[in-house]
Amino acid sequence: MKERKLSVDIAGVTLKNPVMTASGTFGSGMEYSELMDINKLGAVVTKGVSLLPWEGNGTPRVAETSSGMLNAIGLQNPGIDTFIERDLEFLYKTIDKTDIPTRIIVNVCGKTEEEYVEVVRRLADTDADLLEINVSCPNVKEGAIAFGQDPGALSRITEKIKRAARQPIIMKLSPNVTNIALMARVCEEAGADAVSLINTITGMKIDIEKRRFVLSNKTGGLSGPAIKPVAVRMVYECAGAVRIPVIGMGGIASGEDAIEFMMAGARAVAVGMMNFRDHLITEKTVVSMIQYMERHDIRDINEITGCVR
Amino acid sequence: MKYSESARIIKQERLASDVFSLWIEGRIAEEARPGQFIAVYTKDPSRLLPRPISICETEGRRLRIVYRIAGEGTRQLSGLREGDTVEVTGPLGNGFPAEVKGPVLLIGGGIGIPPMLFTAKSRNDNIIVLGYRDPELFLLRELSEYGRVHIAVERPQECGREGSEYIEGLLKEGIIESFTKGNVLDAIRENGLSAGSAFACGPAPMLRAVKEYCGVNGIEAWVSLEERMACGIGACLACVCGSRDIDPHSGVRNKRICAEGPVFKAEEVII
Repeated sequence: MKERKLSVDIAGVTLKNPVMTASGTFGSGMEYSELMDINKLGAVVTKGVSLLPWEGNGTPRVAETSSGMLNAIGLQNPGIDTFIERDLEFLYKTIDKTDIPTRIIVNVCGKTEEEYVEVVRRLADTDADLLEINVSCPNVKEGAIAFGQDPGALSRITEKIKRAARQPIIMKLSPNVTNIALMARVCEEAGADAVSLINTITGMKIDIEKRRFVLSNKTGGLSGPAIKPVAVRMVYECAGAVRIPVIGMGGIASGEDAIEFMMAGARAVAVGMMNFRDHLITEKTVVSMIQYMERHDIRDINEITGCVR
Repeated sequence: MKYSESARIIKQERLASDVFSLWIEGRIAEEARPGQFIAVYTKDPSRLLPRPISICETEGRRLRIVYRIAGEGTRQLSGLREGDTVEVTGPLGNGFPAEVKGPVLLIGGGIGIPPMLFTAKSRNDNIIVLGYRDPELFLLRELSEYGRVHIAVERPQECGREGSEYIEGLLKEGIIESFTKGNVLDAIRENGLSAGSAFACGPAPMLRAVKEYCGVNGIEAWVSLEERMACGIGACLACVCGSRDIDPHSGVRNKRICAEGPVFKAEEVII
């Protein structure tokens, strides 16, 4: 069998393969590690962490929709101190120290520019390899998406975080904008090392029997296979607009889906909602990507990135 | 240890107009404990989230769930037959405390009744209180083998004269100790039922009433909560409930129903 190269480079950090987890769908891997091997992944992207603990929204926080789901968790998290002590410690202990270990990408959220900057500073001396900046969560009232929907605000926050961060930063973009490629360009010009997309699409579900919103937050973020074509299109647009790496996500359910995102221009991909349907989906995605490479005799996975123009 | 498996269906039968009993075979059964649940996945690619369903009982490698058709997902589940397979993950969550000694009030309301069979089978000295909305008294005879059973029926008139004769028969036969028109709390009050502890599973209004009643009467209560779930294993934070104290895992005042629960000490959670 020929040697197949699966490793990819994101801002100078080598991932053993292009498959990562999408923030918020995998916790910090603790719960999943009982059912699968996180060392099979290119990277673990942790759930968004803020400076202080956040309680999140009321319940119901999730609703099933056709081939997808709505969520409005509201970024519940225990705050950066607990996160560093417990979650990063867990990942440090669990990840094998091989040539190319599974990378740790910490997703950062906040209500103000200062809060993002402070969280990023606290992460400077940790084992986090990359930071993903969540400026696109649709489920919190302050911060988050407010930064991701306005080019001026996005540029300012990117610059400030870049100055404060020791690790390379990935800006996670919202699909809830008119021109996502413009947002990607704004991030690149402000110094971002990569962009990831898409976050969830804002949606709503009404219970017609009870004449009530299904989610306690009224609106939620749509994810899952239902949003994949939108995500592929947006990855294609962003990849054509910037030189920094694009990380693609949105409804990936198989190796074939991951390949599709890469052909649209993604350097790496993340599996999100489908982790809920199948706790082993990330591992299976890696395996089926290798099978695809064998079927098509692809030596290096990087060959397919952006091959469809 | 949790398992994700494709479980073979041994038997599927209807217990009431919209309640089904399903036996499956696999590794989960051997580790399951009363009060735990499994995540059941549909074969329909448009319905991706798990249906969390409590475990009704186990026998060796066989596990039984008794569920109500609540929508299209459970309707599809009810269509599966012997020899088919179903994707499941479990056992999930923490069950009722095994260390509680002495008589316990086991209170089940509606589709909260099934886990009470598993619980009743695992202990002695059970005072079982079951609340039904209509006279379709599913699992009643099975439960009566593991304790004295009191039933409350909200709408007993739905089956007319024949129904009251049926209930008279159950009393004469000794299947039930008492019959109350109303809910489980009415049955508990009417019969002066008491014990050192109570385990309850049922709709939220029932659990709130049980919590209040037990608080006033010095009964230590445990309740099994339900919420819409996504990952089922404690990672996504969808199925939380409010908690009295700051939870050590979440760092805030809420707890994960799928991981710390579904069974909680009543005084520790906000229902």
